[in-house]
Amino acid sequence: MKKINALALGLFVFALSAFGPVPAAPAADVEITNVSYDPTRELYEQYNAAFKKHWKSLKGQEADIVQSHGGSGRQARAVIEGNQADVLTLALAPDITAVEKAGLIKPGWQSEFPLNSAPYTSTIVFLVRKGNPKAIKDWGDLARAGVGVITPNPKTSGGARWNYLAAWAWAHREYKGDEKAVKEYIGKVLRNILVLDTGARGSTNTFVQNGQGDVLLAWENEAFLALAEKAGEFEIATPSLSILAEPPVAVVDEVVEKRGTREIATEYLNFLYSEEGQRLAGKNYYRPSNPDIAKEFASVFNLKLDLITIDDPIFGGWEKAQDLHFKDGGVFDQLYAR
Amino acid sequence: MSPHAKKNIIPGFGLSLGLTISFISLVVLIPMLTLVFQSSALGWSGFWKTVLDPRILASFRVSFLCSFIAALINGVFGLILAWVLARYRFPGRRLIDGLIELPFALPTAVAGISLTALYSDKGWIGEPLARLGLKVAYTPVGIIVALTFITLPFVVRTVQPVLEQLDHVYEEAGRMLGASPTLIFFRVILPEIKPALLTGFALAFARALGEYGSVVFIAGNMPFKTEIAPLMIMIKLEQFNYGEATAVALVMLGASFVIMFIINSIQARSAGFV
Repeated sequence: MKKINALALGLFVFALSAFGPVPAAPAADVEITNVSYDPTRELYEQYNAAFKKHWKSLKGQEADIVQSHGGSGRQARAVIEGNQADVLTLALAPDITAVEKAGLIKPGWQSEFPLNSAPYTSTIVFLVRKGNPKAIKDWGDLARAGVGVITPNPKTSGGARWNYLAAWAWAHREYKGDEKAVKEYIGKVLRNILVLDTGARGSTNTFVQNGQGDVLLAWENEAFLALAEKAGEFEIATPSLSILAEPPVAVVDEVVEKRGTREIATEYLNFLYSEEGQRLAGKNYYRPSNPDIAKEFASVFNLKLDLITIDDPIFGGWEKAQDLHFKDGGVFDQLYAR
Repeated sequence: MSPHAKKNIIPGFGLSLGLTISFISLVVLIPMLTLVFQSSALGWSGFWKTVLDPRILASFRVSFLCSFIAALINGVFGLILAWVLARYRFPGRRLIDGLIELPFALPTAVAGISLTALYSDKGWIGEPLARLGLKVAYTPVGIIVALTFITLPFVVRTVQPVLEQLDHVYEEAGRMLGASPTLIFFRVILPEIKPALLTGFALAFARALGEYGSVVFIAGNMPFKTEIAPLMIMIKLEQFNYGEATAVALVMLGASFVIMFIINSIQARSAGFV
């Protein structure tokens, strides 16, 4: 059964990549394209249906939304190279900044929508095997001898950078900023990694389908999806501290000007902040940014989890963190080489 | 017109040579030159620093060694497969014949994911092997398995037609003169099929060197152990590091060219004897 699933997944991935964006349904009055990243597939499927109803009652128009998914960085590059996206809903702010630098989005996009243009957030949690046989509860446990860690490679996967930085943040607190101790801890975790896949879905496959390792470092929403798919085989362990990921959204100015779709594109993103949009995010295991709606999901998410952002003084923003940790020969490479 | 040109069956030597050169230039030479140009931005010291990095060197070793072993495995088993397909008639022969090309048709990512599921220590084939102490997926052995799968058709398809056309009279003559089957194989059959076998081997080896899609799933991608050179290129590209990426590519290209050149010379020499 396991193997058949893996094969089916493989064929599914292939089928999706072969067809690309779903062809437009006929008889739509207006059409926009949402270029997004991989794990939001289920969320936007539901959200688009809700938004179509909303737009119909607002304007009386039939709206059609073309949806495209892929690795966040690759999607950004596709838009720079000419993929006509009206809105971007990507994983990392630097990916949208790259589109901004290409001149397609006006500077200041991050203050165009509330809360740094991040309608929902997510964080990094541990997915462990049923009963948590290795008793993995917090980041410190990942450095223990005999614990097999599964994570994608931070050099090829945007998501994996959050894993690494979350571990760093925890160690920074634990060792009270002693950089040598932090690096020693990270080095131990890196040596416990069994498989270093190139992307988040690949790692999930390695851990869930192929049974490798004791703990998967995963996006909270990915971890919940794996739980839902394989009931009773896994558990989620929430560490004492993690990192707050704020997947941002933006209107692609150049495209909406040309197509005359600014109004619907803006409303499409604004509707994400509505109660209905927030609830859909929560149902798909993204943390709603509206605190009242988030409370409705208190039984799902550990809302007391201590979350720090990339702008915390430990990291000093994306650009600095990227440069210090992930460029060739950076801290990540140094720690891995040892 | 030179006397050589007169012998040509297809007319228009000038036209066809011109086409050949433009085609080769557009499809092979110009893209290759762009590689050199891209990496020249690094300068000599930057180039050497990139390609002599211990992690890059380790990835070269993994890539060349695994590709060589995979090509060798296919050299032996591809020859046996080709032999069976060419020499025997049995029910299901056409089916097996059709299956040979399947690795070409299957998207490599699908091959990688399925092979990993089968050969991981929880998989159908991987589990019994793991109990015997042989871990396949997430080790260099896994890389060899994927590469063997991907490059299977080359040796079979180059050797099979030669075997089919090989006249039986030489073997019969050998037998009547009292040669043992082993002797006949090594002294009569092998020299005939050696050029085709070498071509198949070289094609398989070259294809394996460049393979990325299936290997990244089964390799585990651990630095110094199971990272292949194409992955290092991808990692550098992801960081917009085009210069260093092309430097790694250039070394692979140069090394492959030398190896292919050697194999082709051996082949040309052994073909000359026939």
